[in-house]
Amino acid sequence: MPEIKVTPLGAGQDVGRSCILVSIAGKNVMLDCGMHMGYNDDRRFPDFSYITQNGRLTDFLDCVIISHFHLDHCGALPYFSEMVGYDGPIYMTHPTKAICPILLEDYRKITVDKKGETNFFTSQMIKDCMKKVVAVHLHQTVQVDEELEIKAYYAGHVLGAAMFQIKVGCESVVYTGDYNMTPDRHLGAAWIDKCRPDLLITESTYATTIRDSKRCRERDFLKKVHETVERGGKVLIPVFALGRAQELCILLETFWERMNLKAPIYFSTGLTEKANHYYKLFITWTNQKIRKTFVQRNMFEFKHIKAFDRAFADNPGPMVVFATPGMLHAGQSLQIFRKWAGNEKNMVIMPGYCVQGTVGHKILSGQRKLEMEGRQILEVKMQVEYMSFSAHADAKGIMQLIRQAEPRNVLLVHGEAKKMEFLKQKIEQEFHVSCYMPANGETTTIFTNPSIPVDISLGLLKRETAIGLLPDVKKPKLMHGTLIMKDNSFRLVSSEQALKELGLAEHQLRFTCRVHIQDPRKEHETVLRVYNHLKGVLKDYSVQHLPDGSITVESILIQATAHSEDQGTKVLLVSWTYQDEELGSYLTSLLKKGLPQSTS
Amino acid sequence: MAAHLKKRVYEEFTKVVQQQHEDLSAKKLRLTKPSKSAALHVDLCKATSPADALQYLLQFARKPVEVESVEGVVRILLEHYYKENDASVRLKIASLLGLLSKTAGFSPDCIVDDAINTLQNEKSHQVLAQLLDTLLVIGTKLTENPSVRMRLVEVACKHLTDSSHGVRNKCLQLIGCLGPVEKGVAKEAESQAAKDVQKIIGDHFNDQDPRVRTAAIKAMLQLHERGLKLQQAIYGQACKLLADDYEQVRSAAVQLIWVLSQLYPESIVPIPSSNEEIRLVDDAFGKICHMVSDGSWVVRVQAAKLLGSMQQVSSHFLEQTLDKKLMSDLRRKRTAHERAKELYSSGEFSSGRKWGDDAPKEEIDTGAVNLIESGACGAFVHGLEDEMYEVRIAAVEALCMLAQSSPSFAEKCLDFLVDMFNDEIEEVRLQSIHTMRKISNNITLREDQLDTVLAVLEDSSRDIREALHELLCCTNVSTKEGIHLALVELLKNLTKYPTDRESIWKCLKFLGSRHPTLVLPLVPELLSTHPFFDTPEPDMDDPAYIAVLVLIFNAAKSCPTMPALFSDHTFRHYAYLRDSLSHLVPPLRLPGRKLVSSPVSPSITPHEDPSQQFLHQSLERVYNLQHLDPQGIQELLEFTIRDLQRLGELQSELAGMADFTATYLQCQLLLIKALQEKLWNVAAPLYLKQNALASAAAKQIVEETYKMEFMYSGVENKQVVIIHHMRLQAKALQLIVTARTARGVEPLFGMCEKFLQEVDSFQRCFISELPRMQGSFVDKLLDLMPRLVTSKPSEVVKILQTTLRQSTFLHLPLPERLHRASANIIEPTGESDNPLRFTSGLVVALDIDATLEHVQDPQGTVKVQVLYPDGQAQLIHPKPADFRNPGPGRHRLITQVYLSHTAWTEPCQIEVRLLLAYNSNRSKATAKVPKSTWNESMEALPQPENGIEGTIPFSKPVKVYIMPKPARR
Repeated sequence: MPEIKVTPLGAGQDVGRSCILVSIAGKNVMLDCGMHMGYNDDRRFPDFSYITQNGRLTDFLDCVIISHFHLDHCGALPYFSEMVGYDGPIYMTHPTKAICPILLEDYRKITVDKKGETNFFTSQMIKDCMKKVVAVHLHQTVQVDEELEIKAYYAGHVLGAAMFQIKVGCESVVYTGDYNMTPDRHLGAAWIDKCRPDLLITESTYATTIRDSKRCRERDFLKKVHETVERGGKVLIPVFALGRAQELCILLETFWERMNLKAPIYFSTGLTEKANHYYKLFITWTNQKIRKTFVQRNMFEFKHIKAFDRAFADNPGPMVVFATPGMLHAGQSLQIFRKWAGNEKNMVIMPGYCVQGTVGHKILSGQRKLEMEGRQILEVKMQVEYMSFSAHADAKGIMQLIRQAEPRNVLLVHGEAKKMEFLKQKIEQEFHVSCYMPANGETTTIFTNPSIPVDISLGLLKRETAIGLLPDVKKPKLMHGTLIMKDNSFRLVSSEQALKELGLAEHQLRFTCRVHIQDPRKEHETVLRVYNHLKGVLKDYSVQHLPDGSITVESILIQATAHSEDQGTKVLLVSWTYQDEELGSYLTSLLKKGLPQSTS
Repeated sequence: MAAHLKKRVYEEFTKVVQQQHEDLSAKKLRLTKPSKSAALHVDLCKATSPADALQYLLQFARKPVEVESVEGVVRILLEHYYKENDASVRLKIASLLGLLSKTAGFSPDCIVDDAINTLQNEKSHQVLAQLLDTLLVIGTKLTENPSVRMRLVEVACKHLTDSSHGVRNKCLQLIGCLGPVEKGVAKEAESQAAKDVQKIIGDHFNDQDPRVRTAAIKAMLQLHERGLKLQQAIYGQACKLLADDYEQVRSAAVQLIWVLSQLYPESIVPIPSSNEEIRLVDDAFGKICHMVSDGSWVVRVQAAKLLGSMQQVSSHFLEQTLDKKLMSDLRRKRTAHERAKELYSSGEFSSGRKWGDDAPKEEIDTGAVNLIESGACGAFVHGLEDEMYEVRIAAVEALCMLAQSSPSFAEKCLDFLVDMFNDEIEEVRLQSIHTMRKISNNITLREDQLDTVLAVLEDSSRDIREALHELLCCTNVSTKEGIHLALVELLKNLTKYPTDRESIWKCLKFLGSRHPTLVLPLVPELLSTHPFFDTPEPDMDDPAYIAVLVLIFNAAKSCPTMPALFSDHTFRHYAYLRDSLSHLVPPLRLPGRKLVSSPVSPSITPHEDPSQQFLHQSLERVYNLQHLDPQGIQELLEFTIRDLQRLGELQSELAGMADFTATYLQCQLLLIKALQEKLWNVAAPLYLKQNALASAAAKQIVEETYKMEFMYSGVENKQVVIIHHMRLQAKALQLIVTARTARGVEPLFGMCEKFLQEVDSFQRCFISELPRMQGSFVDKLLDLMPRLVTSKPSEVVKILQTTLRQSTFLHLPLPERLHRASANIIEPTGESDNPLRFTSGLVVALDIDATLEHVQDPQGTVKVQVLYPDGQAQLIHPKPADFRNPGPGRHRLITQVYLSHTAWTEPCQIEVRLLLAYNSNRSKATAKVPKSTWNESMEALPQPENGIEGTIPFSKPVKVYIMPKPARR
């Protein structure tokens, strides 16, 4: 029985370091190649030695697919391709290909330049790695080799995020990567057609959460910013350079436009400018509003948002500043925070989750006095707000996607085991499909029942459909033909053609049966009686009485001779071909019952 | 005269020809003409190749075919059809047959048999489909002939087994359009194949081709539209189709389910996988709700739209649509809406939110959570959050309709609607504001909701702000803080956008009159009065202060204790505002004062209204005294006109009526004056100066009559006759004047001719009204018509002159309602001293914002005129999208006009005004010409001879200072 094997090297019952191996119909595909934020040792990258101990990875993998540019989905890529060694194709969407190297470079800088690690991939390696990347468009079917094909679907989440369908013959797997089923200010919602894959590998970050509408959060956010600015206060929004930052920018930009506000908005420079550039380019990947209006004005060409300069922080009057990094642990955001923290008119809005130990986490948990380096104590008088803008599908969203795709099996990754358990149970209960949640390194085998396509010759099809009524979905239809399995293909042809092709002579198989009938009359009278009888019974068939004294029913021949010993017994010889087996056996059983007495 | 003779000759000639027509048999008549069919026949015979034949057919299709020759053409085509081997030519012939049978006036029953016969031997699926289409056309033209319809349906049933989807498609369509609807027919034809069309169509719900499935559902819907009651049995089938792979099938299935739910709302259906049963409408509602989260947005829009019209659904199902159980890590969480409500009810409003405020509370039983509900859960929550704004708008609309019928639902959906005020697409925001306004009598806004609503007041879009003002006009506010908040926000809006002044005042007027008791405690604060000290008198011209006063005075109207709180200057300001802004400030009973306005109590109906009475009395006076001496008439008319004009200024609701009659009397006055001139007695060439007066009068009358006809809405046929009559008199006057002054008779011929034609067309148009015009100019003229037609121009003039003098003055009946079209340009204000500078040769866009009242079809008639100082005038036709319709009878024009000019040395003013274009062809008297169809498109419609187009200025001109600078080189 054909099977699909899935082994997560990362992201199995875990968040981070996404890396999933899939073998489907003899093809091996690696989905995502991420790093783990939580580790700084070898555990940060997936264990590629699982794939092969000594051979080249290229020999074992047919292709690698990267779903989007977040580091937990692509962070290990240069290491994997350059240091471990992989030369096969790597597939990602165009925006991912554009933005991914920026983030990798940033990641490399932090690890090597700031933390001083050695034995890490270099800038050159990132470049070499990116050369192996093949960019794909949405809904474009890419033929990796003759049998393996992949296709990308829109996933929301971040710019360029995609879900991938991997298909070999009739077997297929869909990998969602991270996705979002509710649209936000700059991206649309994930969408997939009813592709009915054998297996759907879905993320499950929010397996046990059903989220509130986004509008309330947005409104709260805007109201807070607006109020503070009207009071003359300054707003600090610590963000990571990509993803949510752009969403918040759009949100504020449109709000400023709508409300005719004049207070300046700044965005700390660096990474973002480059990234914004790509956002401007990939308009087709954004949501309906931005796509519709970009002819008049590209929404990412911000009118109100300007580049930030360090000196601006001391300017009087209200302003809004987006600054990196998002957790207030270092860099520009922390500097600005220290400057503004003392004034109760000001406000800091944390748009995302903060790791324990960072300043962001401390102020969110209500700490009002912070100990900074050099034993300084910073008193936080400014208002602290928390706004969560997450772009993962919640439990309802996951279910909705499953409903759209109608998979035969579901496999959960990228989430916590406990939460997965709940979702797994729900999926099994509501869709009646089996659901798996393997841990890292654990292999799940799924048996598939692929339908095997058979080519049928047009002549045969036409002939067969001409006989019966139109094909009906509900009823299976019986066909006569010959199945030829040759050169790895299946063909259904008519028997004559099969004989011709195979160079065989046709053999006729005939069944002959003798039936004894007690009838004292002459032979031809008997024949006549039989003829009349058959004619009476088989109204729908052509029954003929031939001049040579035999009867034919369709192609079945009946002859009568007198029994050599007993003249009162007539022997009926019934002969039919294999094709007429049904009718022939019916006839014999009919004749065996004897002729009706009162006929003549 | 010669021209006239000529005309008569033609007339006679045509008459003769017509008689011949009657005598000859129809067939011969065709032969006498160069027959279309013959030409086609020749063409087709000439064609050597299928491509040639196709070309001929294509050319032929471009030309129209007369009704009488259609049948012949059809025969020729059929003949060729049988001969033709090429499928594409046959296809074209088949399509031509369809087009031909559409010809107006042609009855296709003679070709039914032939058309059906063509189907017999046809092999090509495409041609078959086209032929069936032709049959459909024929069938729809012969709807009243049941036997033909039955035959066609039978034919269609026969071809339902065809292997091509196109053919099956057309068959189903045909059955849907022509299948028997009446019960009687169905019984009668029981023996035939087409006994139960529903079953036949229903069988194709499971067809293998999605297009056929769609066609089957559509055919079913068609049957429903034609009045057949669909059987409940197909409900189950339709439900299965909701899970179809193809969006068009799902979309049609949603419609079908909706139709069934409206037909059988109360029947009971079982819930699968349980023993329970529910009402069909509830079940259908649940299913359609489910489709709101479909994969295809087309289906989502469809589903969201239909939800709105399912009003019989039970309330708990309805309320589920707004329900979405939140959870976080398997613990129940409250929605932001619930939190806001709690905060509000706990009395702690607007506390800063802390992190973890939304922390999840109680644990959820994992078994009880149902992630994909089969029911209606959260349908609107999803719909309102949808990616496509089309879906969101549809959801808002549906919400509106459901909320209008269910007050409790209205209360619940409020939070969601308020949220939609912040949508990223303006259209959605606007729609949700309008929706809120529509359901406003069912709801009371909480303070936190009001807060969100008011935040939108700062929106830079004027539409949004004005919609919001309208909303506030009819909102119920629960607390005095709410009123205060609203006032503060509105004043903020006023300072930010001063142009919103009128709209804000109006809004406050309603706000005040709706909530007098809530305003009362606020009065001292609002007027900043102090118990002991005198506070400075506020500036009377401050729009913000006026706004506050409007609120207070309107509240005081139903709150007699309020005036006691006013200080002295408030009373003075009241008197001032009552006079200057009488539409905003109501009459008040103030202590120690007489009532300022006349005690018009609302119980008096308009007919008893004294001002209306006055109007009628003065008119009657005029009409009765028509036999006085001319001098008396003139004076009376002058007084009456003056009275009417003053009345129009005082009584806005009667303004239209008063103006209309005043204009009419003015015309009459002008006519009388012109006829009183002495010049008529003197030899013509000596009195050129007076002639100018008379001809000017004639010209003015003509202009005024156009105004009367086109500028007033509510003018009926009765009035149009009188107006036209007046115009005719003016034209007669013109003719007379020209006859007196013009040298030579030549130009007079044409004029006479034209005038007589006009009289003729007048007679034709208003034949029904003529009996009421006894003794009028026209009446007399028509009596003299035979004489006029034969006499010379000079005689005609003489006759006209005497008739004009003798004719009586027609009574102008007044319609029920009459409103004068008016326009007011709000922007540009014309006050700016800063010239608009631009480089000459390039264009500058000038924003124009105007309100139009009582203009019918503004898209077609309103134009913008720009007058440059050099006398050059430019006429701009605004785009239809620039007109908005904020209320009945009111329109708003917001557009941009592009100005350009060569360089000037210094800035100068241009004039911008609005014009009302009219076209006498489109006169209200003549019936609208139906749109021409395929065949008629080529034949030019005969233009009525007096098609005069013109424009009437109907707004005050506004001056704009501009300065085209020379281009720098």
